[in-house]
Amino acid sequence: MIFVGERINGGFKDIQRAVKEKNKSTIQRWAKIQSEAGADYLDVNIGAASNKVDDFIWMIEAVQEAVETPVSIDSNKPAFVEKAIKACKNPPIINSTTADKEKLDQIIPLVVEHNASLIGLCMDRKGSPQDVNRRVELGATIFSEAIEKGLPEDRIFLDPVTMPLKFLQPQARNLIEAVHQFTLLSSPPPHIILGLSNISSKAKEMRLINRIFLVMCIEAGVDAAICDVTDKDLVNSAITAEVILNKHIYSDLFIKAYQAAKKP
Amino acid sequence: MEVPDVKQSWPNSINEVTIGATKEGGGTRSHAITVGGTRTLPFLYFEGNIPHRPVIAMEVWDIAPTDWPEELGKYFSDVWDDPGKWAKKCVDEFEADFICLRLQGCDPDGENKGSHEAAQAVERVLKSVAVPLIIWGCGNDEKDNEIFPACSQTAAGERCLLGTITEDNYKTLVALCKADKHKLIAESPVDINIAKQVNVLATDIGLAPEDIVIYPSTGALGYGMEYVYSIMERGRIAGLSGDKMWAMPLLADIGREVWKVKEAIAPEEEVPGWGDHIQRGPLWETITGLVYLQAGTDIFIMWHPKAVKELKKYIDSLMKKNSRKN
Repeated sequence: MIFVGERINGGFKDIQRAVKEKNKSTIQRWAKIQSEAGADYLDVNIGAASNKVDDFIWMIEAVQEAVETPVSIDSNKPAFVEKAIKACKNPPIINSTTADKEKLDQIIPLVVEHNASLIGLCMDRKGSPQDVNRRVELGATIFSEAIEKGLPEDRIFLDPVTMPLKFLQPQARNLIEAVHQFTLLSSPPPHIILGLSNISSKAKEMRLINRIFLVMCIEAGVDAAICDVTDKDLVNSAITAEVILNKHIYSDLFIKAYQAAKKP
Repeated sequence: MEVPDVKQSWPNSINEVTIGATKEGGGTRSHAITVGGTRTLPFLYFEGNIPHRPVIAMEVWDIAPTDWPEELGKYFSDVWDDPGKWAKKCVDEFEADFICLRLQGCDPDGENKGSHEAAQAVERVLKSVAVPLIIWGCGNDEKDNEIFPACSQTAAGERCLLGTITEDNYKTLVALCKADKHKLIAESPVDINIAKQVNVLATDIGLAPEDIVIYPSTGALGYGMEYVYSIMERGRIAGLSGDKMWAMPLLADIGREVWKVKEAIAPEEEVPGWGDHIQRGPLWETITGLVYLQAGTDIFIMWHPKAVKELKKYIDSLMKKNSRKN
């Protein structure tokens, strides 16, 4: 499982304040907490905190001063991505591109050049997909474009676009079916990633919904999630799901074994 | 028709473990032996590198065995009252890569020797030969925990391979290994899950994964060998795929397992049609070793000089491809 810590996001009030006040310590504290909790990447998203690229770079540099964990550059502005990717010490994930041709042409060569990975969001300028086929079609477009432009499949992450259960209930099931079809795109299949917390947006039982949805998606083929990595029940459930699917050799201390295996 | 390329490339390599310390390394051995480091399944040179050859330790006891077959007595009975002489003969005459001293005499159901005598046996072997050393306990947890502190200290700094730790008994040996700079054999009862569990437990109390060799138990040809083979194979694939709790070199305890099965020792007059047991025994040990070689074994412990010689030939021929390529 590849865990991407979601917490350094301008959508959170403390991060927004930190960016505005140029206060590194809040950002660095979350970088450490999430890395210690086992994050493989730290998502960095400036949100509405600022629209200046320099502020975004400042966030990434603050993270990199505190931890070695690579970042996930979370921006839909190619200009931001281009500058940020150059500021990264370790190869990042680019979060994300849509399936639009001009965007793919712009982003993928950058990703290839900097040894980075890419999250391909299964939507385009027409909007988010409302059914299984459209998701799969958009996923296949991104995947084949990326392969053609020289990105190896183990650096491609397809994101089937998680939507809130509370408002778009049928979409959860559509997503799971699309995930299953993504696994048939290649052998070995590309990574499949979820922006997990969207599923429980505005719901009451957020953690429960996140946890169960992730486990169900892992069975379908998901192997990465942008999520609250400090939610121990969530992380341990994902590890357990992978053990049940025989992705790791069982041992009585399998959670510990998983953590030990992640140590550098 | 195009032939598909089925070559695998593995993200992880098996840990390198070095046994024996020379003067520069703080010990007194003439050389050190490094095993592991491979990044492919056994001998698939087209997939990955195999930096170190598998090695054979010959077995020596701290007492004269009373139950070894006559066929082995022929080679060792003149020296087996002295572990030092026994070890020297294995190295000088039979070209053992190194020595495994098994402290069988400490078994409470046998001669029940104490820690002082065990340490003396260790010292005898260390003084008589310059090769690295495996020190294997008597197999009784309580007694091993009693004798190992003295043995470990006697060999402090020599970077011996001590064994074994198990799921239920690992703390004493892990502490000794860390204090006296040795390496450890992690034993499990033909069980892939427990093999992993022992490593998790030992590393959780501070042992480095690079200090561990996996001993998943050994079955002789005809006695569960293919089951152990499948565990070694699946574990090695997991290790190469990135499971750090299975990325250790493998050990097979061949001699002890082979020389208790009737196929290796029963004389022809007892089992007509099986052929001459003087040839059959060493052959049984060779074939068992050969299968474990193909399973990915890095360290062999063997008894019969002829079997050692034959297996070495196989290892040489399989490693030749390595030198040709590099």
